Amino acid sequence: MAILIDKNTTFIVQGITGREAVSLTRENLAYGSKIVGGVTPGRAGREVYGVPVYDCVRDITARTKVDGAVVCVPPKFTRDAVFEAIENGIKIIVIVTERIPRLEVAQMVELARLRGARIIGPNCLGIITPGEVKMGGVGGPAEDTRKAYTKGPVGIMSRSGGMTTEIANTLTAAGLGQSTAVSIGGDAIIGTAYAELMPLFEADPETKAIAIYSEPGGRMEAELAEWVAENDSRLPIVAFMAGRFMDEMPGMRFGHAGTIVEGKADTTADKIERMKRSGISVAERIEEIPELIQQRLAESR
Amino acid sequence: MRFYEYESKELFERHGLPLGKRGLAHTREEAREHAEQIGGPVVLKSQVLSGGRMKAGAVKFADTPDEAAQLFDEILPIVVNGQTAKSILVEEKSPIAQEYYVAITWDGRRKLPVLIFSDMGGIDIEEVAEKHPDHVSQTHISTILPFTPRLAKEAIGATGVTGSALNRLTPIVTTLVEIFLAYDLTLAEINPLVRLEDGRFLVLDGHIDLEAEARDKHSALVEELGIGADETRQARPPTPFETAGAKVDASDHRGVAGNVVEFDGDLGLVIGAGGGSLTLFDAVRKHGGRPANYCEIGGNPSVKKACELTKLVLSKPEVAKIAVMMNVVSNTRVDIVARGVIKGVVESGRDPAETITIFRIPGSWEEEGFKILERYGVEYCDRSVSMYEAAGRAVAKMQAES
Amino acid sequence: MPGMFIDVKVSEAVAGDAELSAKLVEVCPVSIFAQVENEPLQIVEENLDECTLCDLCIEAMPKGAVEVRKLYE
Repeated sequence: MAILIDKNTTFIVQGITGREAVSLTRENLAYGSKIVGGVTPGRAGREVYGVPVYDCVRDITARTKVDGAVVCVPPKFTRDAVFEAIENGIKIIVIVTERIPRLEVAQMVELARLRGARIIGPNCLGIITPGEVKMGGVGGPAEDTRKAYTKGPVGIMSRSGGMTTEIANTLTAAGLGQSTAVSIGGDAIIGTAYAELMPLFEADPETKAIAIYSEPGGRMEAELAEWVAENDSRLPIVAFMAGRFMDEMPGMRFGHAGTIVEGKADTTADKIERMKRSGISVAERIEEIPELIQQRLAESR
Repeated sequence: MRFYEYESKELFERHGLPLGKRGLAHTREEAREHAEQIGGPVVLKSQVLSGGRMKAGAVKFADTPDEAAQLFDEILPIVVNGQTAKSILVEEKSPIAQEYYVAITWDGRRKLPVLIFSDMGGIDIEEVAEKHPDHVSQTHISTILPFTPRLAKEAIGATGVTGSALNRLTPIVTTLVEIFLAYDLTLAEINPLVRLEDGRFLVLDGHIDLEAEARDKHSALVEELGIGADETRQARPPTPFETAGAKVDASDHRGVAGNVVEFDGDLGLVIGAGGGSLTLFDAVRKHGGRPANYCEIGGNPSVKKACELTKLVLSKPEVAKIAVMMNVVSNTRVDIVARGVIKGVVESGRDPAETITIFRIPGSWEEEGFKILERYGVEYCDRSVSMYEAAGRAVAKMQAES
Repeated sequence: MPGMFIDVKVSEAVAGDAELSAKLVEVCPVSIFAQVENEPLQIVEENLDECTLCDLCIEAMPKGAVEVRKLYE
């Protein structure tokens, strides 16, 4: 068990002939993922590392079962590509592309909601269930991915793609494996936020604890804190908070598009306070995460 | 990207929203001329990208053109929340019967735009929401279904407004929603929207934020409003160093090597990626280090781009050494960044072994990267050294020298 | 002139062959090769250090015709 994807998940890569999509395809295949096709309009008939390329998503869904799609097309074309995936019945869509205007993201998310599909991202590195499958650029080349990610009891959720792997690597070094790690994306509006993934982790018997990366901007941490308080979650959560220096510089944007501090309520100090109040442990440094998780696991036993 | 009040009003007027007679003054003479043309009492408003103008004394009323000219000189130098004005808006002063508030912004939680309306405008809307919740309505807007006037009518009616006011407000609110959706705005606000004693409605003050990601999409509008390409409209204007950083990033489409922010320390940072940079910047400061800059590399930048960014960081005379650090990388390559940074150091006429305090980028293609670093005698560490420890080593080296 | 980190050598036989040269220009993702009509293949020096070690040039040519050298080894 894991969440969102497992070794039987089949998916396609939209924009498969682009520079980054080509490496992602090779790395995913080498990790054991089942990529059943790729889409680049006008390139039907080509192959990318043995994966057949088609003009339309429909050309693949008409032939075979497709569970998911990884979207790596330029920002101007992303909305159309995601609509195409949703309207052809694909249920889990990872959007890698960054710098998509918020309104277009909201349109994709709204359509997905209407059709019962789930979007991860945009501006993310995707999902990995260690030892089984990965969907997106998370972890990089297969051999590097195996160094950082191992199978185990910790679920990871992160607004930063890079920090998803940093946290996994730290856990692995401490002997704590991961059930599923999700790079949820760094934009102000994303398909699936922390609180929306929690019910899935909660229902996964393999997941025993959660580690999250968080940063300034937005209400995502507040929403998570509320969810935890309201649902009496069985899962201990440890959060690392980056960008503490930003509290001294309101109105400036650092890091991801989602980090701009627009109101008083999203400083790191407020977020830390709110999370602690709902029982979430907050780590000062990444390397404290494994120990805090061990402690919390021991307490809950 | 925030617009000045006069730019917001220009956009409102193009879409047919009702505005008073006004003119933008850059000199006291212009202020006098605008006041003469308007005829009658005027209000002078400092054009800064910040609230709190009234409190700072940067909004004043004049009865005559001479007084307007004199007030121009008084208002212009006033600093409002760290911002100084380049111009003053001179606008007709109108007798007000009632003030309203209307805004559209994003609800990140519901992932939809939200229309906020109140018949108690002119004051802080959060305070109204707290003390008089029945006078504020919140209406979520679909991004797929068309916005029709009945939604505006419901939003207005929910606060108890009825009669001719309801019917005159409905098209104004509808238009504001249309503007919000048409230009990828993150905020479109009119506060106050007023009903005058003669029954007319006027937009008295407005505030627009355009999403940074959508700036290129709306470059025509940005240009027509006279907003310069290098205006970032962040909390403070960019320094020449930051503008140079933006140029490095724009020089090449491969990856990111930019988002440079200048600080006054002595340790140059070549760090990444989005979340990693935030983490590392905190770590350097926690160890007592004094960063000379913030920046981000990521998305697998070219050697050239990493090289140019390094040269820029080293171009500051106070920067004695740099630290090169990232989280465990997935798509960015260790060897490519190592090549770029070492090249940048050498092209700056410095010795990589002396200049680079620490290189901590584990991950994709690390074996190849470590070979390069060894060849140039650069101190590096692998994934067994945490980001926090690496930052500590960099700071310790700086302190040992001073 | 080699790059600071990478040097690429192409055999004279390949460099003088317009068709093989065109293939090299096509496969390289970082534009290390360039072709001018009726002239032997050119190496774009400023792009040498951008080499991603993808080996696509080596695989596209007869064995031994292209050599990619890491100058840091």
